[in-house]
Amino acid sequence: MSEPAATVAEPAEPFLDAPPREVARKLLRNPAVLVGGAVLALLLLIAVLAPWLGTVDPTMLDPGNRDLLPGVAGEVTTLTGETFAHTFWMGTDSYGRDIYSRVLFGGRVSLIVGVAVALLSLAIGMTIGLCAGYIRGLDSVVMRIMDGLMAIPGILLAIALVAMWRASLFTVVVAITIPEIPRVTRLVRSLVLTIREEPYVEAARSVGTPTAAMLYRHVLPNTLAPLIVQGTYICALAILVEASLSFLGVGLPTDIPTWGNIMAEGRLQFQQFPHNVLFPGAFLALTVLAVNMLGDGLRDTLDPRFNERGVRR
Amino acid sequence: MFRFLLTRLLATIPVLFVVAVAVFLILRLTPGDPAAVIAGDSATTEQIEQIRASLGLDQSIPAQFAIWAGNALRGNLGESFFFKKQVSELIGQCIEPTLALAVCTIVLAVAVAVPLGVLAAWHHGSWLDRVLMGFSTLGFSIPVFVLGYLLIWLVSMKLGWLPVQGYRRLAEGFGPFIRHLILPSITLSIVYIAVIARITRAAVSEALTEDYVRTARAKGLPERVVVLRHALRNAAVPIVTIIGIGIAVLIGGVVITESVYSIPGLGRLTVAAVLARDFPTIQAVILLFSVAYVLINLLIDVSYLFLDPRIRY
Repeated sequence: MSEPAATVAEPAEPFLDAPPREVARKLLRNPAVLVGGAVLALLLLIAVLAPWLGTVDPTMLDPGNRDLLPGVAGEVTTLTGETFAHTFWMGTDSYGRDIYSRVLFGGRVSLIVGVAVALLSLAIGMTIGLCAGYIRGLDSVVMRIMDGLMAIPGILLAIALVAMWRASLFTVVVAITIPEIPRVTRLVRSLVLTIREEPYVEAARSVGTPTAAMLYRHVLPNTLAPLIVQGTYICALAILVEASLSFLGVGLPTDIPTWGNIMAEGRLQFQQFPHNVLFPGAFLALTVLAVNMLGDGLRDTLDPRFNERGVRR
Repeated sequence: MFRFLLTRLLATIPVLFVVAVAVFLILRLTPGDPAAVIAGDSATTEQIEQIRASLGLDQSIPAQFAIWAGNALRGNLGESFFFKKQVSELIGQCIEPTLALAVCTIVLAVAVAVPLGVLAAWHHGSWLDRVLMGFSTLGFSIPVFVLGYLLIWLVSMKLGWLPVQGYRRLAEGFGPFIRHLILPSITLSIVYIAVIARITRAAVSEALTEDYVRTARAKGLPERVVVLRHALRNAAVPIVTIIGIGIAVLIGGVVITESVYSIPGLGRLTVAAVLARDFPTIQAVILLFSVAYVLINLLIDVSYLFLDPRIRY
C-alpha cells in the first residue's frame, strides 16, 4: 500500500491477518478453493471461447433441424448459404437452434450477471454500510430502511423491478442488485462497529485524521476479507436469480440465449424432449456449485471468524 | 414480558412502513401515467379518469400514499384490470395451494434438516459430517426449477409413481391432494434443508463444547440424552431463528415451484401479473408476502421466551 507519509507511525494493518504470499499458499492448499476455482476457470474459458468451440450461431432458426435428439449428426446451412456438417451434441429445440451452441453462449450472460451484481452490490452496500457504521446520526435511519427492504423477498422484488423497467441486461443486473444491498450494508456496518473500537482507529482519530481518510485507510481494508467471501455468495445467488427470471419469462428478452431462456422454451415440450431443460440446467447447477464451493473455501481460509454462513438470500 | 411483547410489536411498525412505501413506489416509479399503467392497454379514457380519481393522483405524493395505505389496511387492494376482478378476491382464490405447499415444505424441511444437522454436529469433523455438509452446499446450488424438472423426469415420467403436474384442492379428497404436493414440497424443501441443517450443525456443535454437556456426560447420562436434551435444546434459538429467516428463501422458491408444477397459487398469480404488467396485483402479492414474513418472524421472536427460559427482556 503506498500511502503518503503519516504524521505518526501507524500500526500494521491486519489485512487478511497474514502477508499475501502466506494467504495465497493457504488458498492453494484448500481443496474447495482449488476445485471450485478450477471448474469456474474452465467455465469462464468456455464462455469466452464459445465462438471457436465448434458452435454455430446460437440464435439461428433452422426449420430443417427441429427437435433433434442429443448426438444426432446433421448439416447446418448458415445465412450466407454455406452448408457444413455439424453434430448436435445436445440436440436442438423446436426452432431448430443448436442447444450446444446456445448453452455455451448462455454461459456468458450468467457469468457477466453474477460478477456484475456481486461488484455492484458490494460497492453500494459498502458505501452505505461504512457511512451508517461510522456516522452515528445516519445509523438508525439507514438501518430501519434496510430492515424494511430485507423483509421483501429478494426474487419478488427483482421480479417487480424488472416489470417496472422492462428487461435488458442492465435492468436485470440492477434489479438483482437492489435486494442484495441491505445484506451487504448490514455486514459492513457490523464490521465497522467492531473495527471503530480498535486501538489503531482510536490512535488515528486522536491525531485528527479526517473521517473520509480514516474510513478509507483504516476501516475499509479490514472489511475486505468477509466482503470477498460475501461477494462470492452474491455472485452465485445472482446467477441463480437471473436464470430464475428468464425461466419464469420475466427476464432477459427471449432472443438472447441464456440458460434460463433455453429452459423456459424447452419446458413447453419437456415430456418429449427433456434435453432442452436438462443440459442448460446441469450447466447452471455446476456453475453455481463451483462459485459456492469457492466461497466456502475462501471463507475457511480468509475469514475463520465467520465460520458458518447464515442464510444468504 | 409484556414490555418485551410491546417493544417487539412496535419495532415491526417501521419495518412494515418501509415495506409499504417500497411497494407503493413500485407503481409510482414506473415510467408513464400510473392510472394508464393500471388500466392497461385496452382501457377507455373514462376508465383511466375514474382510476385517476380513486388513486387521488391530483394530490401530493404523501397524500396518495395515505389513500393507498388506508385502502390496503381495510383490505381494499384495488382492482385488477387484467383479470377483471378485485385483487383481494384473486388472492383469496390462490391462497390455498400456496399455503398447502408452504406448510408441507416447512414440515418436511424441519423433519429432515434438524436430525441431519444434529448428526453432523455429533460426528463433527468425521466423513459423515463432511458428506452432509457437501450435500448442503449442493442443495444451495441446484436451482429449484432444475431440481423440479429432474424429479418430474425421474419420478413421474420414468418411474410413473406420482402425477407430473397440477394441483388438487383439499376438498377433492386428501389422497389426490397430498399426491400432487409430494414432488413440489421435496423440490422446494431442498434449499431450506441445506440452510437449516447448516445452522443446526453449527449451533449444536457449539453447545456440545459447553460445560453443562461435560457435566451431563460425567454423570453418566447416555449420549442420546446428552445430545438431544442438553445440546439440541440449548441450540433451539438459532435453529428457530433460521427457520424464520429462511421463509424468505421459501417465498422466492414458491414462485418458481408453482410455475414448474403448474400449481394455481400466489406464485403463479405473481408471474401472470408481471407478464401482464398488472400492477395492483403485483403490489398486493408482494405486500402480502412481505407482511407474512415480518409477522412470522415476530412470532418466532416471541417463541424465544418459551424456548429458552433464560431469556428475559
